[in-house]
Amino acid sequence: MQKEALSKGFIYLLLILGSILMLLPFVWMISTSLKLPNEVMIMPPKWIPSDIQWSNYIEAWFSAPFAIYSVNSVIVLISSTIGELITTILAAYAFSRINFYGRELIFSVLLGTMMVPGEVLLIPNFVTLSNLGWIDHYQALIVPWLASIFSIFLLRQFFFSIPKELSFAAKIDGCSDFRFLWSVMVPLAKPALITIAILKAIGSWNAFLWPLIVTSSEEMRTLPVGLISFSTDAGTRYELLMAASSMIILPMIILFIVLQKYIIEGVARAGIKG
Amino acid sequence: MKIQLKDITMRFDHTTAVDHLNVTIEEGKLVSLLGPSGCGKSTTLYMLAGLYRPSEGELYFGERLVNKIEPENREIGMVFQNYALYPHLTVLKNIMFPLKMAKVPKKEAEARAKEMAALVQIDHLLDRKPSQLSGGQQQRVAIARALVKKPKLLLLDEPLSNLDARLRLEMREEIRRIQQEVGITTIFVTHDQEEAMSISDHVLLMKDGRMQQYSAPQDMYDYPKNKFVAQFLGNPPINIFPAKLSDDLQTIVLQDTRETLQLEAPISDPAAMNGDYELGIRPEDFYIETDSVKAGLKVETIRVERIGRDNLLNAKLGQINLRAIISPDVKINKGDMITLGIRPGRARLFDSSSGHNLLH
Ligand SMILES: Nc1ncnc2c1ncn2[C@@H]1O[C@H](COP(=O)(O)OP(=O)(O)OP(=O)(O)O)[C@@H](O)[C@H]1O
Ligand SMILES: [Mg+2]
Repeated sequence: MQKEALSKGFIYLLLILGSILMLLPFVWMISTSLKLPNEVMIMPPKWIPSDIQWSNYIEAWFSAPFAIYSVNSVIVLISSTIGELITTILAAYAFSRINFYGRELIFSVLLGTMMVPGEVLLIPNFVTLSNLGWIDHYQALIVPWLASIFSIFLLRQFFFSIPKELSFAAKIDGCSDFRFLWSVMVPLAKPALITIAILKAIGSWNAFLWPLIVTSSEEMRTLPVGLISFSTDAGTRYELLMAASSMIILPMIILFIVLQKYIIEGVARAGIKG
Repeated sequence: MKIQLKDITMRFDHTTAVDHLNVTIEEGKLVSLLGPSGCGKSTTLYMLAGLYRPSEGELYFGERLVNKIEPENREIGMVFQNYALYPHLTVLKNIMFPLKMAKVPKKEAEARAKEMAALVQIDHLLDRKPSQLSGGQQQRVAIARALVKKPKLLLLDEPLSNLDARLRLEMREEIRRIQQEVGITTIFVTHDQEEAMSISDHVLLMKDGRMQQYSAPQDMYDYPKNKFVAQFLGNPPINIFPAKLSDDLQTIVLQDTRETLQLEAPISDPAAMNGDYELGIRPEDFYIETDSVKAGLKVETIRVERIGRDNLLNAKLGQINLRAIISPDVKINKGDMITLGIRPGRARLFDSSSGHNLLH
């Protein structure tokens, strides 16, 4: 009894320490975003600004065309998330329910590509897109991200857990394979799909390197890329950078809080970590 | 709808799951598909459903050859072993699903689904999800869903195997009631002989993909075509004794104790004389013979157990153990030598090599 309480206490202690460690950068970001420029770099660091500068947020928002960046970020996020969900559903169905020659082999090869670091693909992808004439267009920001092997893998595992009898029953009930996928399997896989969508949304929202490379005009940039406008030859305006960053991550934090129940369920059910 | 299977065969990569099955099922009957695990019951059912396509043979529903007809056009309903209800839909939506697929107008679909729910007595559960139902309730939903399109053939794959003993009894009577109320031709897969015997008009007994016997349950019990059928049915199982036939083709000689037994009539086939045989006697066909002049088997008592109404006698005939059901009035002790008589006409004689029953 006592031993149990002790080990529980220990676990909580670890979790609390872990949370503090994870939260510190956020707290520091918000604290910096509210500081006067001269307070940002002082030693010893100051956690609470002496004079809270809400105006930093307004100044940050207007110091670059963030309205355009936001629209771009939202367009990219929505289309790449929806696109990825569609490709993932179709691919996971094929790899779990259709028996075709070489299915397992093809799937292992696809899994193998997950081992290739993304940076290696930057140049080949860039060359391909520039040959297509897509550089500095939405296609360049969206199309390369329309499929994810990891998501397919996650959903395929989930589809495997749906009993075969269910599709037999549906067949007898006069439901076509395609209809069965959309009206039975997809609703059943909702937790997994929400997990996939959120991971995708976060990834897309925070993407920096790729949008930076494939966009050149102001009108095509996304929010994270927009942040570089605070670093100029004259130095970096950290308090404005942090204010803008805080604004940018806010939607993701809200999204996560609203949907976290599903994320945890989805990851736990598929039996792997995200 | 009358169902005919003609030389139906199903081969998978390495196994022949169903081997030249020839069966005719009359309209409105309930037929049990019975047999040990892996004998091809589910495969047969899946072929009837159109989920598997037979490798050989012809399948007729009424006059129509259905080999190439898709499941949804076969006018069938099916209940799976694990019920296969749609987990994300309510009971009502589950029952309505086949109608929705058939594009029945929503109002009518709902009315018909509710009517079915009333038939299987789950009309108070319509808004629940399958996960909020007990096993028996889920099964009723599955039956309602299978019946809602008014199919002409109902297929049930071990629908009771997930239920506890008491509920099984209740549900099998329920299935019989619904089947007779609707008057639908029904095929019921089970590996429980008692279940098959109690609810069906006919039993189809299979082993290794082959039909062993197809007849009314009591006939199958009384006149088994072969040793496998005789052994598969009955609990406690039939007693088997190796035997020979003497020259008159009417006297059976037990191999072990050399005791003899007269058949009512001689075996018709004279070639039978030299073969090896097995005598089969069901435990309930023995009785204790008190008249020492009359014929009978002399056995040594090992143990007497009380089972419900009767006593079960475990005894030894030479080296062979046997079981007999005897009246509880008779006091017998361990080690007693007693004489067991055999009820007239109740002995079965099987050919050792082929297993055929030679008497019926
Ligand atoms: N899809 C399949 N592929 C290969 N072999 C199969 C397949 N389905 C069934 N079999 C084989 O066919 C034989 C009959 O299987 P079936 O499922 O019809 O048995 P069953 O009588 O329903 O048994 P149980 O009582 O265990 O359900 C078995 O040997 C099985 O291994
Ligand atoms: Mg089976």
